[in-house]
Amino acid sequence: MTRNTTLSLIIIFVILILSIYLVLPTTNSFLGRTIVTKLGLDLVGGQQIVLQVDLPENTIPDRALLEKARQIVESRVNGLGVAEALVQIAGNRYINVELPAVKDATESINAIKQTGVLEFVDMSQLSDEQAFALIDQTIRTDLEESLAGAVTTPITATSTLTDTVFHTIMTGAMLESVETTTNQVGQPVVSFRLTPEGTKIFADYTRQNQGKILAIVLDKKVISAPRIREPIESGEGIIEGNFTVESANALTVQLRYGSLPIPLKVAETRTIGPTLGEDSLRKSLIAGAIGFAIVILFMVLYYRLPGAVAISAILTYAVITFAIFRTIPVTLTLPGIAGFLLSTGSALDANILIFERLKEELRSGRKLGLAIDLGWKRAWPSIRDSNIATILTSLILFWFGSTFGATIVKGFSLTLLLGVAVSLFSAIVVTRTFLNVLFTYFQPSNYSKWFGL
Amino acid sequence: MINILGKRYYFFLISLLIIIPGMVVLGIWRLPLAIDFTGGSYLEFKFDKRQPPPPAEIVVLFTDLGIKDVQVLTTEQQTIIAKSSFLDETTQTNLLKSMEERFQDTITVLRFDSVGPTIGQQVTQRAAIALAIAALAVILYITFAFRGVEHAFRYGLCAIIAMVHDVAVVISIVAIGGRFFGWQFDSLTLTALLTVIGFSVQDKIVVFDRIRENSVNLKRLPFETLVNHSIVQTLQRSINTQLMTVEFMLLALALFGGVTLREFSTILLIGLFMGTYSSIFIAAPILVVWENREWQRWFKPRASSSAA
Repeated sequence: MTRNTTLSLIIIFVILILSIYLVLPTTNSFLGRTIVTKLGLDLVGGQQIVLQVDLPENTIPDRALLEKARQIVESRVNGLGVAEALVQIAGNRYINVELPAVKDATESINAIKQTGVLEFVDMSQLSDEQAFALIDQTIRTDLEESLAGAVTTPITATSTLTDTVFHTIMTGAMLESVETTTNQVGQPVVSFRLTPEGTKIFADYTRQNQGKILAIVLDKKVISAPRIREPIESGEGIIEGNFTVESANALTVQLRYGSLPIPLKVAETRTIGPTLGEDSLRKSLIAGAIGFAIVILFMVLYYRLPGAVAISAILTYAVITFAIFRTIPVTLTLPGIAGFLLSTGSALDANILIFERLKEELRSGRKLGLAIDLGWKRAWPSIRDSNIATILTSLILFWFGSTFGATIVKGFSLTLLLGVAVSLFSAIVVTRTFLNVLFTYFQPSNYSKWFGL
Repeated sequence: MINILGKRYYFFLISLLIIIPGMVVLGIWRLPLAIDFTGGSYLEFKFDKRQPPPPAEIVVLFTDLGIKDVQVLTTEQQTIIAKSSFLDETTQTNLLKSMEERFQDTITVLRFDSVGPTIGQQVTQRAAIALAIAALAVILYITFAFRGVEHAFRYGLCAIIAMVHDVAVVISIVAIGGRFFGWQFDSLTLTALLTVIGFSVQDKIVVFDRIRENSVNLKRLPFETLVNHSIVQTLQRSINTQLMTVEFMLLALALFGGVTLREFSTILLIGLFMGTYSSIFIAAPILVVWENREWQRWFKPRASSSAA
C-alpha cells in the first residue's frame, strides 16, 4: 500500500466511525450541537401557514419590520406550546409557519392572528407579592366587555387571581412613543409618552391611585407590574423593574410593536393528517429498501468484485449523508427521501463510469494497477462535469423553494445537493481507496470471473 | 459496431410521434395546474364510519356555504377529494363542522390546502424564472466545460434542445395523467421536472465528454463516425446507470412508495428515461446534423447539392 492510500483509508475510517456514531438513534448531541432526525410535515402530519404582508403589490415591506413581525408571530406560536414549531421569513413578503403534529388548525391561526393588544390594567387591590406572582401569567380583563359597550363590571375577586377579571384602564392605542433609557442610578428602564387623550386618562387615574399597582399586560399576559410612585400628569412615564438592558429592550419592543408592525394575512394553509404522513413514511422506507436491494444485486452480479466494493462505498456514502442530515439538521420530507435515493443513483453512476472504463482498459490488455489508474482518470471529467450540472440545478431549486416557503421543494433540493456532493467524495476517494487496498493483497488473474469481463 | 447515427431521422420521427400527440392533448385538455399555481383549495378527507355520500350532495353542502367552483370526486380508498375556491380559516372550520353535521359522521382530514390567488400567481412567475435560469446556467456551464472543443456553444445548445424534448414529453404525460388519473401539476411535479432537467443534462455531458475525448484521440475520423463511436462506448454505462439502478429505485418508489410519491416517481421514471434516450438519440445526432448542415438537403435536395 502506498502512503497516500494508507492516509485516505485512515481518513475514511475516521469519517465513517464518526458518521456511524452520529447516525445511532441514541446520539442526541455532539459537541454541543443537537443531533436529530427531523421529519417534515408530510411525514408527521401537521400544519403549514403562509402569512403574506397585506400591503399593496408594489410596496416592498421593510426588512426590519418583517423580522419584528416574524418574532412576534414566533412568540405567539411558542405560546401555543407546539414542539419544534418553525417560523421563518420567505422571500420579501411571506412568513412561513410550520406546526408539526398540530391538529386544530383554527386555534393556531387564531393565536397567530392576535392583534397584540396592550393593556394598562388596574391592580390596585393587590399586594406587591400577589402582583409579582402574576408576572408572566395570563389574566382576564374586562377590555372586551367595555369595547362591546357593556357597563364595566366591578372587579370580582375570586379564589384564584388568574380567574379574577381585572379592569383595563386604557390600551396601547394611547401610547405615542416608547424608549429604553436609564434612571438616575443607571438602571435600565422603559420610558413612554402618551397621546393627549391618554395623558388625561393616565393623569386622572394615577392621581387617584398613587402608591398602587398598575400592570402592563400584552395579549392578556402580565409583562410588568410597576407601582405608581407619583401622579403622572405630563403624559410621560417610566416603567422600572429588575431590568437588564436586554429585558428592558425586549419590553420596549413589545410595547412599541405589541401589535404587528405590518399587517399580515393568511395566504396559504396546508393541513396534513397524521395518518397520511405515517403511511407515506412507512411505505417509502420499504420502497427505498427494495430499490436498494435490487441495486446491490445488480452491481454484484454485473461488476463482480468492483461491484461489491462499490456497494461498500455506497453504504459509506449513505451513512455519511444521513449523518450530515442529522447534524445540520435537514428536514426530511418525502421528496427529500426521493432526492436522497436519486443521489444514490448519482453515486452509483460515478462508480459505473469508472468500472466501465476499467473494463475497457483491462480488455485492451493493461495491467490491473494501471487499468484502475487510467479508468479513474478517464472517467473523472465526465463525473465532474455531470455532477456540477446537477449541483447547479439543485441550487436553483433551493432558491425557488426558499422564496415561497415551499419546504417540500427546498427539502428535495437540499438532500439532492448534499447527496451529490458526498457522492463525489464516495466515488473519488472511497471506491478508489477500497480498490487500491483490495488489490494490494489480492491480485486476481481470472478477469472474467472477478470483473465480469 | 452498431450504427445508431445512420438511423437518426427515424429516432427524430419517433420522438415527434410522442411529442406532437402530447402537445395536441395538452392543447385540448390543458395542463392540470394545481392550486399551488392557480390558487384555490384542496380538501381530502374520509368519513370514519359511513360510506362516502354521492359527490353531488357534497357539492350542495359547499354551495350552501357560498363556496364557488366546487369539484368533488371519490377515490378508490373511499376518500373524498373536494376542490374549490380559496377558503379562509373560518370557512374551513365551518365547512368541516357542517360536513360532520349533515352526514352524521365524524371525519378525518387527510389533507386540507388552501392557497390565496396572489401567492399562486407569484409561484407561477417564479417557477418560470427558475426554469429559465436553470436552462441558461446549463448552456453557460457546458459552453465553459467544453471550451477546448470546436463549437463549444453547440454542445450547450444541443443539450438544451434535447432537454426541451424531455420536458415536452414529461408535460404531455402529466396532461394525459391529469385526464385519466386525476394528476395535477403542482410544486412537486415542478420539482420532478427540474430534476429531470438536471439529470438529463448530466447524461448529455457523459456522452459529450466521450466525444470531447475522442475528438482529441481520433481526430482523423469523420465527425459522424466519431460521434457514433462515442455513443456506443457510453451505451453500457447509460443502460447500467439509468435502467439498472436509478430506474429500479424509482420503480420501487412508484410501486410501493404510497400515494403521495406515486405520481412524483412515475414522472421521474419516464422523465429520466427520456433524459437518457435523448442523450443518445437526440442530442448527439443533432450535433452531427449541425456539423453536416443537413438542413440544406432537407427540402430541396438538388438545389442544395449545387449550392454546396
